[in-house]
Amino acid sequence: MATEIIAAPTAPTRFSGLREFWYYFSMNRGAVIGLVVFVLLILVAIFAPLIAPFPADQQFRDFIRMAPPFAGGTQPQFLLGTDEVGRDILSRLIYGARYSLFIGFFVVTAALFTGVTLGLLAGYFRGWVDALIMRVMDIILAFPSLLLALVLVAILGPGLFNAMLAIALVLQPHFARLTRAAVLSEKSREYVTSAKVAGAGNLRLMFITILPNCLGPLIVQATLSFSNAILEAAALGFLGMGAQPPTPEWGTMLARAREFITSAWWIVTMPGLAILITVLAINLIGDGLRDALDPKLKRS
Amino acid sequence: MLRFILQKLALIVPTIIGITIASFAFIRLLPGDPILAMAGQHGVTPARYEILKEQFGYNLPIWQQYFNYVAGVLHGNFGVSLATKRPVIDEFMTLFPATVELALFAMLIAVALGIPAGIFAAIKRGSWFDQITMGVALTGYSMPIFWWGLLLIIFFSGYLGWTPVSGRIALNFFFPRVTGFMLIDSLIAGNPAAFVSALRHLILPAIVLGTIPLAVIARQTRSAMLEVLGEDYVRTARAKGLEPGRVVGVHAFRNALIPVVTTIGLQVGLLMGGAILTETIFSWPGIGKWMIDSISKRDYVSVQSGLLLIGLIVMGVNLLVDILYAVINPRIRVQ
Repeated sequence: MATEIIAAPTAPTRFSGLREFWYYFSMNRGAVIGLVVFVLLILVAIFAPLIAPFPADQQFRDFIRMAPPFAGGTQPQFLLGTDEVGRDILSRLIYGARYSLFIGFFVVTAALFTGVTLGLLAGYFRGWVDALIMRVMDIILAFPSLLLALVLVAILGPGLFNAMLAIALVLQPHFARLTRAAVLSEKSREYVTSAKVAGAGNLRLMFITILPNCLGPLIVQATLSFSNAILEAAALGFLGMGAQPPTPEWGTMLARAREFITSAWWIVTMPGLAILITVLAINLIGDGLRDALDPKLKRS
Repeated sequence: MLRFILQKLALIVPTIIGITIASFAFIRLLPGDPILAMAGQHGVTPARYEILKEQFGYNLPIWQQYFNYVAGVLHGNFGVSLATKRPVIDEFMTLFPATVELALFAMLIAVALGIPAGIFAAIKRGSWFDQITMGVALTGYSMPIFWWGLLLIIFFSGYLGWTPVSGRIALNFFFPRVTGFMLIDSLIAGNPAAFVSALRHLILPAIVLGTIPLAVIARQTRSAMLEVLGEDYVRTARAKGLEPGRVVGVHAFRNALIPVVTTIGLQVGLLMGGAILTETIFSWPGIGKWMIDSISKRDYVSVQSGLLLIGLIVMGVNLLVDILYAVINPRIRVQ
């Protein structure tokens, strides 16, 4: 009886739920700043050809390793200087935003889709399905994710797409575990039983009845995975196993830059700064989402 | 307690088997013929190919190959490195202390700074100290550490000239290898100059590797402390008139420690991943750099064994953390 009384008032408030979410999210100043930066980055990525002063791979052979104007450079058209073959670093960073954001979206979509499906199957059917799926997840999690991604790329061959596949594979166990745990706690609730009694099939119960009620932690995990994916893809690029030169991917740009740490610091500094700002913005959003979606923290 | 440990051990057996299957499968999943891949660009004659095939057991059925592989591993036979022709396990044991020394020092920095920072941030919640600490922590957590390492090299090694750029110790020091830890071995040899040199080589890589754990520990300590500080028993302790230091240190912190210990334990796996990047940047002769070098040299026997050993080590540490967790928190044991 008690559950009915509690459940009734929360039922018809989907829209105001969204409003309530925004209320709590916008109270977190950092999260709003993160969101603004992230939206700006998306716009930069979409309109890269319009914003970038030069094409990403245009080489100015007369201005190799030109310092930025604020650091003693003589060429004001290269706002962040040029790299080792005379390409405008700012333009490469602007085009690079496309890669990093695409990596994030692709990896999270792939990891979310497979992880949630596996987690739903494990939590819903239990038994040997559960045991098999979760043991495989345990094995994936037993390896450091970067190491496993490296080894997978060694098998698949270096390149951006293979790197994204590898990262998606090492990130998806987190989604599977979260989904499974949420399904286990939701499955015995009365609304699930009533849907089952009403004749809902397994697929409907899993994806339409149960899944929407597990979304909170999954959204937070998706944000975390988005920033992790960008970091790991950059790390793979840096180690020469991700996107290959001359792709203006930020990590790949850093790989060559190592040779110039003493002579041309801006070649090293700028791509890393771009990675840091992007990841920081996403993590700020993640913190805000967690605070807004976690009812336990809301009260305090 | 013994029952708890046995239960945990039983639970990880499938994972151990899985790790051996994964490392066994690795070489066989590589594109192309494994023997041709091992032979490299030089290739092999058909006669030699057959000999090698038999020598590596590739002519046997796959399940028999797997059992032979596991049997070999159980006898300590991890194969011979294709690059150096030395037993892989010897290479691993030579390099492993370097990674452990780096990781321990990184963890020391992370715990020694992260826990106090988290506690003070929680006590002074909302203050400028709290806001700055948490801002710095989130930045550290978002840091691409390979870039962070390069920045530190530019500043401390290049600009200030305080620290060396790479390696574990200056090359003019010689002392017997006892533990494999440079800091300890140099002290055993009674060579303070060598100790200082080792420390100067260690400090930057340790900072780089410790950055993300430091951020995670500071954030986790803060939120655990905030949760505990709101509990009734803390309010009671305050109401009894205990001095604030005792309330925070004894009543709150000991209870907040439980999730913090778990967090520290979970960082070990991440440390191994971070070690790959850190060791590469600083040319630190440890397991991480060895794995990268082995992958780029196509020394797949080393990669395979490295994968197996690192997987087992990470899992062993996680098991230890689980047991330690149960020691601190008796409630876990009962479940």
